[in-house]
Amino acid sequence: MVLQKVVIVGATSAIAYEAAKCMAARGAELFLVGRNPAKLETVAADLQVRGAQRVETFVLDVNDVARHQEMFDAAVAAFGWLDGLLIAHGTLGDQRKCELSVEETLREFQTNALSVIALLTLVANYFEQRGRGCIAVLSSVAGDRGRPSNYVYGATKGAVSIFLQGLRARLAKHGVAVVTIKPGLVDTPMTAHLRKGLLFSSARRVGRGVYRAMQQGRPVAYLPGYWRLVMLIIRLIPERVFQRLSL
Amino acid sequence: MLSTQAIPQSWGRYPRVKPARVIPIYWRDQLPDLRTLPGPLLAYGYGRSYGDSCLNENGTVLAVSHLRRFLAFDEEQGLLRCEAGVSLAEILDLIVPRGWFLPVSPGTKFVSVGGAIANDIHGKNHHKAGTFGCHITRFELLRSNGERLICSPTENRELFEATIGGLGLTGLILWAEFRLKRIHNPYIDMERIRYDSLEEFMELCAESDEQYEYTVAWVDCLASGSKLGRGIFMRGNHNQSPEYARKSLPRKLPLAVPVDLPSFTLNTLTLKAFNTLYDHSQLQKRVFKVVPYEPFFYPLDSIHDWNRMYGPRGFFQYQCVVPYDQGYDVMKEILQRISRSGQGSFLAVLKKFGDVRSPGLLSFPRPGLTLALDFANQGPKTLRLFDELDALVRESGGALYPAKDARMHGEDFKRFFPRWEEFMRSIDPKFSSSFWRRMALVPSREQSATVEV
Repeated sequence: MVLQKVVIVGATSAIAYEAAKCMAARGAELFLVGRNPAKLETVAADLQVRGAQRVETFVLDVNDVARHQEMFDAAVAAFGWLDGLLIAHGTLGDQRKCELSVEETLREFQTNALSVIALLTLVANYFEQRGRGCIAVLSSVAGDRGRPSNYVYGATKGAVSIFLQGLRARLAKHGVAVVTIKPGLVDTPMTAHLRKGLLFSSARRVGRGVYRAMQQGRPVAYLPGYWRLVMLIIRLIPERVFQRLSL
Repeated sequence: MLSTQAIPQSWGRYPRVKPARVIPIYWRDQLPDLRTLPGPLLAYGYGRSYGDSCLNENGTVLAVSHLRRFLAFDEEQGLLRCEAGVSLAEILDLIVPRGWFLPVSPGTKFVSVGGAIANDIHGKNHHKAGTFGCHITRFELLRSNGERLICSPTENRELFEATIGGLGLTGLILWAEFRLKRIHNPYIDMERIRYDSLEEFMELCAESDEQYEYTVAWVDCLASGSKLGRGIFMRGNHNQSPEYARKSLPRKLPLAVPVDLPSFTLNTLTLKAFNTLYDHSQLQKRVFKVVPYEPFFYPLDSIHDWNRMYGPRGFFQYQCVVPYDQGYDVMKEILQRISRSGQGSFLAVLKKFGDVRSPGLLSFPRPGLTLALDFANQGPKTLRLFDELDALVRESGGALYPAKDARMHGEDFKRFFPRWEEFMRSIDPKFSSSFWRRMALVPSREQSATVEV
């Protein structure tokens, strides 16, 4: 799959940045979207040095859904056409806070699920019409089964995964690859507060995996790959047993 | 905070001490407020310093391995600017395909740029190019009072000179800019020469230092008598032919040492490696080869975590320099003592430093002979031997390398680094390291100054 002209939403996130490095090294043109202008500039300069043929930035809070069209139009206008889109923004909300606050729970859904679904609705039509390209979204293994320790986050990612599943079937007929990325535990600023056990992988490893999955147009990529097995086992545990586990 | 990050260790895995907390730094525009963080503070990159100069027991460690972005690369001038946590490995991956090389390469590429400055590292081309600090054009320093200062030979010069080789004690380096070196391809024309004595080593240096960019020798530490100092001399230059520019580099799978090995394995391993090499070259005294740059500069990098070969007790590295005028005799004496003790690793690295001056106040390299070798940690016995060697180094007017040290004495540090008092004027009062506290230096002038205030 050609990944010459790519839009990256949430471009300052650790995993997206690592994937972008792979693209930059191959001379891609990158349109970086993020909330923080200073961070965007830092990442843009880095990717330029690493070999990106062209880097454009666009400051956007993805929860400002009304501006999605403007952002996407700007990307198409800048590059002429697009080969790929990587959506990588997200927050790891505090499960306990969500349990105590409807507002907090809905905010998680807004950022991790609704903003993604809104953007996908928009760009799906562009790629469908174009008849090629790759849409990749960072979902999570947390979306595979609801667990007491983070089911709000899990539910937002689960919604995204299901949406992508349907979208994949719709766009496959038009030659567009839809890639669901399901990283396991990754050592990033988002997880800085968590204790790092053996199951943690580096953002670099996962980011490279994202790039490869996009290149190959894989339907669902667990990153690193062993998470596919881990999640298979977790999904197979009967509900009555699962209730008693503290996961 | 400590629980979420791996505990910082040094390469020699001695001493084993814990900081009170580890603060990862991700963005230059989102720096922690150093004024409110509990001190003492110290930056930590990849833990490639051998002893305790990168450790901060009960203090706050600022982990910079996420500050890993490039800022700018002027491919015409060969000027690179990057954040302090970028490793030399990452720089090489970027610049080598574009025809540039590091101005100075240490023995491993897994060090950070910040660490390369703080230790003012050197390499096989010291006699030509000096230290890494000689090629730094400027950097940005964050002080604990929140100030961010650009330091260069013309701006904040005192801080510039104190920070190069300053062991991370002048503040947190955020990014740095330095000059690169032009190359035609990633290959090295290497010559390996077997030599039989220290005299012959000196002759080879004299013969090679003019025409060869890179020179170094591996010394057989078990040899004694007339064979004392025998070993293999390696010299090389960057290959110039356009043919090699088209050749792709071989990619090797990295080997790793996954667990701590019992301590006796290492000498057996190196012994075998050396003997094989020595026996092979027995047939020919000189071997000429064109080799990729990686095995030439970083032979041990292909075995990840080789420090685990020394087992859980860790190890020391002893690196000293002795000035030319006495260098020869003193080095002989040092080698004899090591050989007699039977404690050193089988292999040592010997190199003649040149007289290119570094701007760094506490820079270690100086004209003379430098020797570096590993010692398994055998407790008091090993420490006693070091004290003996220290005496020889001290009398010759030489020095020890803090980046490799876990046991030198503060009194000796003052002799080895006579500009330490000048250095202390630029130190950041909130920064310190386990090494620095061990040195426990008290400047005479400053004491009287505080009385006046």
